[in-house]
Amino acid sequence: MKEHIKKLLDNDLREDGRKLLEYRKNIKVEYGISPKSAEGSAQVTIGDTVVVAGVKFGVGTPFPDTPDEGVMIVGAELIPFSSPDFESGPPSIVAIELSRVVDRAIRESGCLDTKKLCIKKGEVVWTVFVDMYPLNDDGNLFDAMSLAAIAAMKDAKFPDYDKKTGKVNYTKRTKTGLPLKGTPLECTVIKIKDKLLLDPSVEEWKALDARLTVGFLDNGNICAMQKGGEKSLSVKEISKMVEIAGEQVKKLRKVL
Amino acid sequence: MKRNDGRKVDELRPMEAKTGVVKRADGSAMFKIGDTIAMASVYGPRELHPKFLQNPEKGLLRCNYNMMTFSGSGDRVRPAPSRRSREISLVTQNALLPVLNMEAYPNSVIDVFVELVQTDAGTRCAGICAAAMALADAGIPMTDIVSAVSVGYLKNTLLVDINAVEDCDLHATDIAVACLPRSGEFSLLQIDGDVNQKQLVEALEKAKGACKKIYAVQQKALKEKYKK
Repeated sequence: MKEHIKKLLDNDLREDGRKLLEYRKNIKVEYGISPKSAEGSAQVTIGDTVVVAGVKFGVGTPFPDTPDEGVMIVGAELIPFSSPDFESGPPSIVAIELSRVVDRAIRESGCLDTKKLCIKKGEVVWTVFVDMYPLNDDGNLFDAMSLAAIAAMKDAKFPDYDKKTGKVNYTKRTKTGLPLKGTPLECTVIKIKDKLLLDPSVEEWKALDARLTVGFLDNGNICAMQKGGEKSLSVKEISKMVEIAGEQVKKLRKVL
Repeated sequence: MKRNDGRKVDELRPMEAKTGVVKRADGSAMFKIGDTIAMASVYGPRELHPKFLQNPEKGLLRCNYNMMTFSGSGDRVRPAPSRRSREISLVTQNALLPVLNMEAYPNSVIDVFVELVQTDAGTRCAGICAAAMALADAGIPMTDIVSAVSVGYLKNTLLVDINAVEDCDLHATDIAVACLPRSGEFSLLQIDGDVNQKQLVEALEKAKGACKKIYAVQQKALKEKYKK
């Protein structure tokens, strides 16, 4: 299969007939797919790739070095439900990288004002869990999960917190959303031989030599980046990839 | 008696069912009852790994029940399998086995993954309903479709399809059953609470009737896929 993908690329062809930098057409974000349980949730569809993300709130003690800031935890689980390639068991290194890369863009963008998640300095703060799952892996989980995570965060509303008992009343939801300023979003460009591709399929992903996931702020600046794959990239290639990703992120942001 | 959600005592919550929801799986289905949303995907029969588990006489049905971390009504659900989820995986397996002929799949495994997206009681039953549909969608021969529901007693009134308020807040006796609609036999039976034998028999008969209604929804969804 790898050889087949590479041979096609010699003539600038892809297995599903797309052009090299052509994203799949049907990109969709649905909000509130678990409205009763999750405080925020979203489902993202890119072609046949479907991922969901949900936000849960909790209260806990702050980290000692940031006593007046709440905590955000982003996680991804590659459930065997969604692909014959995934296995049960503790999180694989793929799942760990995926969740850390999605986390990085959100965290480093500073879009979540963690100071506003403080309930009582040094004692009680909100913990925001953002958990992501693929429902069907048809490639490009990085981009899909980046979209899903931020969409679920946009959808989230705080549950009621009882200051007297120190407990969260999950049945009562407030109208207050997460203190978000901006929508950091990631896009991945992969390199196979000397060709650059957007929105890779599962098979293309398996054949990649190098990849670059770039997170962008709303103003177009870069807030996170991750290079993957076993081959190296030149400065020229990196800047070309950043440019391609930046253009695509503008389009992706419109579906939010 | 009036139920908190306005239903009659023997009324099921609104149901929705769909097959083929996971393209990469060999079979898949979504089953929604009230606010409980279960999805199931089936892979196989495929070669069983690790190899020492392989049995040349029959295949293995391996079910895995999982609540997504955000699917609980309260705190975030921890992602690792709990004792509860492992037990539910086991009883799901046993609920489905009677309709399958595992001798046909030597050295192989049929994997069934059940994921809960949102929960409002009756999750194991919804999971079994989705799993049975996903198996059928995968083209695996079965002697029957499995339908499941949980019934319960609240102050001696028999209720069909109990919801979370009835289960957790009002502490109804919870009787989870899976029924093979054609033979009328049961492949899952779990009780939490207090019932006498007469009540149990009454509950089983009631559950059988409710499962027939669920069966109709499952059947319709399975046929839907082949309608143009």
